[in-house]
Amino acid sequence: MSVEILMPALSPTMEEGTLAKWLVKEGDRVEAGDVIAEIETDKATMEVEAVDEGILGKILVPEGSEGVKVNSPIAILLEEGESAGDVNKSAADKGHSIHQQDQDKKEEVAVTSMGVNEPIFTPASDPDLPENVEMEEMTVRQALNEAMAEEMRLDDDVFIMGEEVAQYQGAYKVTQGLLDEFGERRVIDTPITEHGFAGIGVGAAFAGLKPIVEFMTFNFAMQAIDQIVNSAAKQLYMSGGQINVPIVFRGPNGPAARVAAQHSQDFSSWYAHVPGLIVIAPYSAADAKGLLKAAIRSPNPVVFLENELLYGVEFEVPKIDDFILPIGKARIAREGKDVTIISYSMGMKYATEATEKLVAAGVDVELIDLRTLRPLDMESVINSVKKTGRAVIVEEGWPKCSVGSEVSAQIMEKAFDYLDAPVMRVAGKDVPMPYAENLEKLALPSTEEVIEAVNIVSYRS
Amino acid sequence: MAKKAVKKIPAKNSAKNRARKTQSANSNEPRFSKEEELYAYREMLLIRRFEEKAGQMYGMGLIGGFCHLYIGQEAVVTGVHMASKEGDQSITSYRDHGHMLVVGIDPKAVMAELTGRRDGLSKGKGGSMHMFSKEKYFYGGNGIVGAQVSLGTGLAFANKYRGTDDVALVYFGDGAANQGQVYESFNMAKLWDLPVVYIIENNRYAMGTSLERGSAQTELYRRGESFGIKGEQVDGMDVRFVKDAAARAIEHARSGKGPYILEMMTYRYRGHSMSDPAKYRSREEVTTMRAERDPIEQVKRRILANKLANEDELKQIEKEVRAIVVEAADFATKSELPDASELYTDVVLSEL
Repeated sequence: MSVEILMPALSPTMEEGTLAKWLVKEGDRVEAGDVIAEIETDKATMEVEAVDEGILGKILVPEGSEGVKVNSPIAILLEEGESAGDVNKSAADKGHSIHQQDQDKKEEVAVTSMGVNEPIFTPASDPDLPENVEMEEMTVRQALNEAMAEEMRLDDDVFIMGEEVAQYQGAYKVTQGLLDEFGERRVIDTPITEHGFAGIGVGAAFAGLKPIVEFMTFNFAMQAIDQIVNSAAKQLYMSGGQINVPIVFRGPNGPAARVAAQHSQDFSSWYAHVPGLIVIAPYSAADAKGLLKAAIRSPNPVVFLENELLYGVEFEVPKIDDFILPIGKARIAREGKDVTIISYSMGMKYATEATEKLVAAGVDVELIDLRTLRPLDMESVINSVKKTGRAVIVEEGWPKCSVGSEVSAQIMEKAFDYLDAPVMRVAGKDVPMPYAENLEKLALPSTEEVIEAVNIVSYRS
Repeated sequence: MAKKAVKKIPAKNSAKNRARKTQSANSNEPRFSKEEELYAYREMLLIRRFEEKAGQMYGMGLIGGFCHLYIGQEAVVTGVHMASKEGDQSITSYRDHGHMLVVGIDPKAVMAELTGRRDGLSKGKGGSMHMFSKEKYFYGGNGIVGAQVSLGTGLAFANKYRGTDDVALVYFGDGAANQGQVYESFNMAKLWDLPVVYIIENNRYAMGTSLERGSAQTELYRRGESFGIKGEQVDGMDVRFVKDAAARAIEHARSGKGPYILEMMTYRYRGHSMSDPAKYRSREEVTTMRAERDPIEQVKRRILANKLANEDELKQIEKEVRAIVVEAADFATKSELPDASELYTDVVLSEL
């Protein structure tokens, strides 16, 4: 049977090309792999190889022809004993039908994909605490440490690796005591090679282990961001649901004190941008404990953003076994009806201080701690804004394309008619972090700025 | 354990090439049984024919995007696979079709992934560069050059952590051999004596940049020396030498002695990807390789010379292989596009 040789697509973008040169003539015998023609594409001159063996019966497109469409027949290859005349016409017809089919298929895709809606995320609620539950004062550092120790006791697949996590007891002492309890098989000091050990962690998670990868700070995770984004976040999707990556990347994030530009930066919005990741940024010790335990149990890759300056701050933590919180649920830190302040991580410090002063001045503030940045609990935010009609978002990160930008955009989309004033953002200033004490203070958001923003959206003076 | 035989594929000098071939008739050549020769022939032929068909289907517009063919390098994965056991994981970059076929992943599922259909290995969401099979211990199919080296080292970490006797087989190219994370991984693999074999498929071109133009030190098997990792250079066009060296390396890793590096001297006949005109090398270089060093022809010649099978029997194998490939292509063309509702599935698993 004769075979049509079609104009090949030789690059992802090629739709037509020039048939520059025939290297064989009618009647020539060709073997699979023989170069039979040269084609100029949108990128380069390429060689066309014969796929089947046979005799070149007829050249349908002469050399020098421009604008030859991909997939149109350019020659006919005959088997032994066939003649060219029999097949000329049918070949041309077939070429047309292939194009037609192709076009139909494309239209079908365009139409069906229009009707697909993003699934709506519904977070679980916080667990009900027993009546008269005892609370204990605990630093964020202790809370994180307990969360890891508890999960490591429960599951041998959980281990921690990072710089100085074992013998040194943690650069910020978050892993203190873990080496003594769990030994060097499960508490592993790495060399200073973020890219490498992040990749090793992700590979171990491919195989079903549940690594906790500690970055001494998230500034250094920039060395490893390819493994976080390209390997961890996309793996489940790229594998059609076959391989999940149950890993936690954790460590201090956000501005620290007087360490200047390269060690003082909030990466929240960077990670919150990436589908496939879970991003958590707690403020209180209770949230740090309950959410880190949830992160370690999560079947998904989690970026867990802590804050160095909060490590030593004490909060109340419920004294119950296995205290775990739902990922993706915001916490209403204070209920109110006049204005909504939304924040997370260290931003909550400014937001809380501002709330106290505003309440004292008679403004009934509703304060929301997002806790999880992806998925974002917009339901809680929207319900609040519908009540108050005013919103201020507070964060330490840079203002451009920030978490605040996203929350603000969604409020505009989902609660526009409820707004009594434009949404305002209070953020870090749009500069690298300066070293000088006064400049550093200016670069960070402040309680005063939050109060000022609330006054503006409330039309108070 | 036999002392390693360092073999080099002569580059452009065909006189040297002939000299080596004469030498190779001597007795320190690894020997294959009849079954091994026929197995290698069939596996390599399947990869060759599959890739030719993929190239053809790309030309027809049925396969989109990037498509990197393995033609010419078939002996590497075939020989390594012959030396491995069930449970050993493998991971590679985006020139991955051969690696999947050799571990027994269904050619239909691979081809249907290339055409982006719902019956593809990744449901049509991954494409040529992103395919995985937990069942066959194959971890991709990774699109970022060098990333698979850290990931594969992580697979080895998991083997050691769990106390299994599995070995991670980590493939990468001469181009990836210059990535920083490769050396971070070498360091930790030796530091912790992880069960991993690093297989450098040196096909002499990192896309269009020849080894000499991109590497200050071109003996890639020596790249682990400063970490104390043993390495050897292997004739990657002769499946017997590949299997022999791989067996040595895998045994080393499996016995708890840590990582091992194999530099497979190989050659890709096609361009880097389908859209690469490969103008950085001469046509003569390619035709000489094909004519004198082809991994499949080498096996075929031995089979016929040693009367392990006759022409008709080999034709029968060829026919069976073609049938598998035609079936795969047919399946991949007829399978439906993914349902639009799949757009938002498999992004994250639901939280417990």
